[in-house]
Amino acid sequence: MTDNPKGWKPGARRKAKIDALAQAAGQVQDAGTVADTPGVSLIASAWRRLRRDRVFLIGLTITVLFLLVALFAPLLAPHDPTARLLLDKVRPQSNPIPGPEPGFPLGADNVGRDLLSRLIVGSRQTLLVCVFATLFSLIGGLILGTLAGAFGGWIDSVVMRFVDIMLSIPSLLLAFSVAAMAARPSQWTVILAISIAYLPIFARLLRGSMLAQRHSDHVLAARALGVKQAPIIFRHMLPNSLGPVIVQATLVLATAVIDAAALSFLGLGNPDDRQPEWGQMLGAAQKYIYDYPHLAFYPAACIILVAFGFTLMGESLREALDPKSRR
Amino acid sequence: MLRFIVRRLLQMVGVLFVLSLLLFIWLRMLPGGTVSAILGDRATPESRERLTKALGLDEPLYVQYWRYLKRALTGNFGASTGVVPGRDAFQIFIDRFPATIELSFFAILIAILLGIPLGYLAARRRASLFDNASVIVSLIGVAVPVFFLAFLLKYFFAVKLGWLPVSGRQSNIDATRVTNFFVLDGLMTREWDAAWDAFKHLILPAITLSTIPFAVIFRITRASVLEVLDEDFVRTAESKGLTNRIIRGRHVLRNALLPVITTVGLQVGGLLAGAILTESVFSFPGIGEALASAFSHRDYAVLQVLIMASAATFVIVNLIVDVLYAVVDPRVRTR
Amino acid sequence: MKLTRLRTTVVLTAAVSLGLAGCAQSDRESTSSGTTGSGSSGTAAAEGGSDTFTFGAAGAPEVFDPYYASDGETFRITRQIFQGLLGIKPGTADAQPELAESWEPSDDGLTWTFKLRQGVKFTDGEAFNAAAVCYNFERMFEQNEVAQAGPAEYWAYTMLGFKGGETESLYKSCEAKDDATAVITLNRYTSDFPVMLTLESFSMQSPKALKDGDANNVQKEGEGFKYPAYASAPVGTGPYKLEKYDEANKTITLVRHDDFWGEKAKTAKIVFKIIPDESTRRQELEAGSINAYDLPNPADWKGLEDAGNQVLVRPAFNILYMGLNPEKNAKLQDVRVRKALYMALNRDQLVATQLPEGAKVATQFMPDTVAGYNTGLEATKYDVEGAKALLKEAGAEGMTLQFAYPSEVSRPYMPDPQKIWDALSADLEAIGVKVEAVTKPWNGGYLDGVDNGLFDAWLLGWTGDYNSANNFIGTFFGADSNDFHTWSTDFGKTLSKELDETNGIVDEGERTTAYEALNQKIMEDYLPGLPISHSPPALVVGKGVEGLTASPLTAEMFDTVTVSKS
Repeated sequence: MTDNPKGWKPGARRKAKIDALAQAAGQVQDAGTVADTPGVSLIASAWRRLRRDRVFLIGLTITVLFLLVALFAPLLAPHDPTARLLLDKVRPQSNPIPGPEPGFPLGADNVGRDLLSRLIVGSRQTLLVCVFATLFSLIGGLILGTLAGAFGGWIDSVVMRFVDIMLSIPSLLLAFSVAAMAARPSQWTVILAISIAYLPIFARLLRGSMLAQRHSDHVLAARALGVKQAPIIFRHMLPNSLGPVIVQATLVLATAVIDAAALSFLGLGNPDDRQPEWGQMLGAAQKYIYDYPHLAFYPAACIILVAFGFTLMGESLREALDPKSRR
Repeated sequence: MLRFIVRRLLQMVGVLFVLSLLLFIWLRMLPGGTVSAILGDRATPESRERLTKALGLDEPLYVQYWRYLKRALTGNFGASTGVVPGRDAFQIFIDRFPATIELSFFAILIAILLGIPLGYLAARRRASLFDNASVIVSLIGVAVPVFFLAFLLKYFFAVKLGWLPVSGRQSNIDATRVTNFFVLDGLMTREWDAAWDAFKHLILPAITLSTIPFAVIFRITRASVLEVLDEDFVRTAESKGLTNRIIRGRHVLRNALLPVITTVGLQVGGLLAGAILTESVFSFPGIGEALASAFSHRDYAVLQVLIMASAATFVIVNLIVDVLYAVVDPRVRTR
Repeated sequence: MKLTRLRTTVVLTAAVSLGLAGCAQSDRESTSSGTTGSGSSGTAAAEGGSDTFTFGAAGAPEVFDPYYASDGETFRITRQIFQGLLGIKPGTADAQPELAESWEPSDDGLTWTFKLRQGVKFTDGEAFNAAAVCYNFERMFEQNEVAQAGPAEYWAYTMLGFKGGETESLYKSCEAKDDATAVITLNRYTSDFPVMLTLESFSMQSPKALKDGDANNVQKEGEGFKYPAYASAPVGTGPYKLEKYDEANKTITLVRHDDFWGEKAKTAKIVFKIIPDESTRRQELEAGSINAYDLPNPADWKGLEDAGNQVLVRPAFNILYMGLNPEKNAKLQDVRVRKALYMALNRDQLVATQLPEGAKVATQFMPDTVAGYNTGLEATKYDVEGAKALLKEAGAEGMTLQFAYPSEVSRPYMPDPQKIWDALSADLEAIGVKVEAVTKPWNGGYLDGVDNGLFDAWLLGWTGDYNSANNFIGTFFGADSNDFHTWSTDFGKTLSKELDETNGIVDEGERTTAYEALNQKIMEDYLPGLPISHSPPALVVGKGVEGLTASPLTAEMFDTVTVSKS
């Protein structure tokens, strides 16, 4: 168990996991903790192990594939995803979802847009949503966590009390509440809602990481040498937190996709469907799910695959960075 | 211990106050809302104005909040305008609460009954096919969107095969209600068919809801057991020649289970999020479905009550877990 | 050992529950056929037919007092319990005698004499007579402030005013000449009377029950309303009566009224099961645990029929239109611009590809079942070049148009707003109009926005309340502050006056002709908005359900329904 002098608190397990990650940051320069060669950084040794970890490699492959598809989407997509090419084939009762035909391997959606193209181009929006949501929550958490961890004292207490409460509310509920309050739902309200939901995780992570490093040799040395607070934070402490942050970010990426899809399902997502996005495609497919389940299965499969990939990567990274799993 | 509990409860009250104020202000600033929902497409600017005045929605925000607070302190949180129109919002919470509790109970039960033994076995057979397979299965459980899984289960088992009911909590039988926990009521009044019927309605939603807690409990148990298995005292016991069973039971499991208990307690709190989706798909009349419905009807009275009640529930559940943990873990106690 | 103890507990629990399961089936007479789920069990089946008709409702009813209700779900239930002076002929939008056998107006149309049916009793034993009729009308006329502003919506909408209120009410008084004759006097003549009495809100309720249940005592509570005791214990004269509302299980049960004056209901019980999610309703129908539900998604119709269910399509009694606000966008002041926009819309393709079978392109602002419909009018032709030319002539080439559509809603006239909007805005862009997309949630700003004149153009529609031309075009263009902001145009005031005058014509034949002429004028000269289409909403019933007649006014009566055991 990690040291936690104040005893257990709300969101304890979640916090403990984050704290464990944060500890890893504090051990970067401490020679002797790493079992292999002394002086080799934690990250480097972790990477060496990861390269041979099959689970990690699978996750990495999926993620890289996803990124490539998103990057080259317009080139890969056979048609324009907003063009309602098969609209005249659509008959609301007898043929609401046109089936596959030459040139349209997966058929079309309910207004005649090519499904395959929508899936491919949809990866972009989906990537955007996850990345921005994670990024914003990271930056927000960074600001809060750094403030709390670096300054300590009453700032620390106030900020962390707030963060603790948010941590104890499950992320979907938080995202749901924020999205429900949006005056005009759009892609950005979804991103905002999810960022707010995951913000406390990063806040706590960074605060823990700051605290862990405050008393480490290199920081004390820098302070003794008269280096000011800000450069210490930015040049010494933050880079060492990189490892745990990456791990947490990958895990957040995974669940951000799912949460975005869940929000769309509940009707809180982006109503404008001209630019495709997987979660929104899944939500819109609910109406046809009885007779045309493929409309939902395809985006669901993509979401599941990507979330799975991120999760595999994140979990392997976490295990690799965790000093206790050194055997 | 007592001071700890009291302090936490006071904090909770403070948090609820702030939360209610924030919710109140935010909701009232949104366009549309109650007046639109009540009048619908029949509204004219005059009728809108009239209704706004009659409901006191044209008064300054602080006046409205003060009135709301005064009423709330007497337990009156307003009437629902969408979920169950005309019914007291807090009453809706009371009505629906047992449903979600019952559902969560069975979901956690499934998660525990499957998660702990499987986690233990996976740890014992570390790096085997069984271990890797079960880790991957549990990860998939987290990756599949809950509502999608709910639909799949519903489609196959309820519609296509017809083994289980499609939605709701109970069929049209005249069951006697005692505690509003349908299964329990059926057992208490000896109406076995009512209990069995309610139970059948719970199976699919509970399975859906249990996937995420199962995954978490499974992994925590596995990790925890692995940790303990590696501890010195286990190796010592093994070297002493004690049979595996004794080591397992007395030493490994008991120590490994501590963090699992905390996790279980925390998962209970997290079930509400999954409940929103699961209950919506199965039309299960619990808190989750009420939240989703209140949102789509812009039923602010109910939204407010449910969000605050949920927050309070989390805090209380966490408090109970912390207290339990302190009681169970000798290390914490002797601090 | 912890693990074995765990195992043993699991095994024991499994054994116990299996044992319980075994007992469970034998205690009550089980009629479920095993494979159709538990939905159909628990009701003692009568010979040859089931004694319960289960309907899957989409939402919870507001109250059971139809006077205070305004939503279709509530009316569906109260329609089985209550009756009014006038009823609706099944399958049509036409009025027919119900509790009133006949009615005669005076020459000036202000005094109406109703001859009432004799020997009718309310379910609480009270007699139905002229005194009861007048009691009901007076009760509806005299309401407290809160009720006037909110719940008493339909009265406010049709009668315009209340006792002691600022606006003069159409209703003046009611006199009970004798037990069988009630005379109602109006302040003004309107073509809507007496056809408005077909509305559910004008149901006749038991005076004793109204009195005992303090029926008018509506209070405001926070931002909602608190209804009196009567609202949960309604008493009417209809073929069914309310047995109970199980809120925890979301079901409402009605039982047959055995002393009903007319033909007794064929099925003994009706259960309304509230299932908000549409695909769940469909699944329940397929599983046999409900027998019918309303407004199935057109995409499901084929699948439902293939599975052996019947999709009953109602004759369309609605209109979808594109509203225009010339006050907001000055270019819309010119009728040539409005006509050009209309010519740009390919409504035939829209109707064929986006709307269910049976949908029609609209030629005017009301469906063909309404008296006053002008059968001579033809739909504006789709003409892209003509539209462009007209637009150029009016000097509005390349104009910008802000076009709004609602999200999170599906209406019978507008099943999928987004798709319809997509199609129409593409048509507009094809003639060079720059379309600015605006979307808001239905309850979260869209309706507000329309009322407050925030949009240049928007999608909206209307389902008729009763069979009257005034209910359509009167609602749209009559009042000075209407959604189309007609008073900011050169024809607005004239149109309002014409509507008023036509509504005041007492002679029916003359009035119908006048409305037909007015419709022509609206479409050819004024064109304040663009009527798009009429869509037939449908109802689906499961296998073995007979006797349900679809109604364009969604006024289906269930007393003729039988459910056979399939």
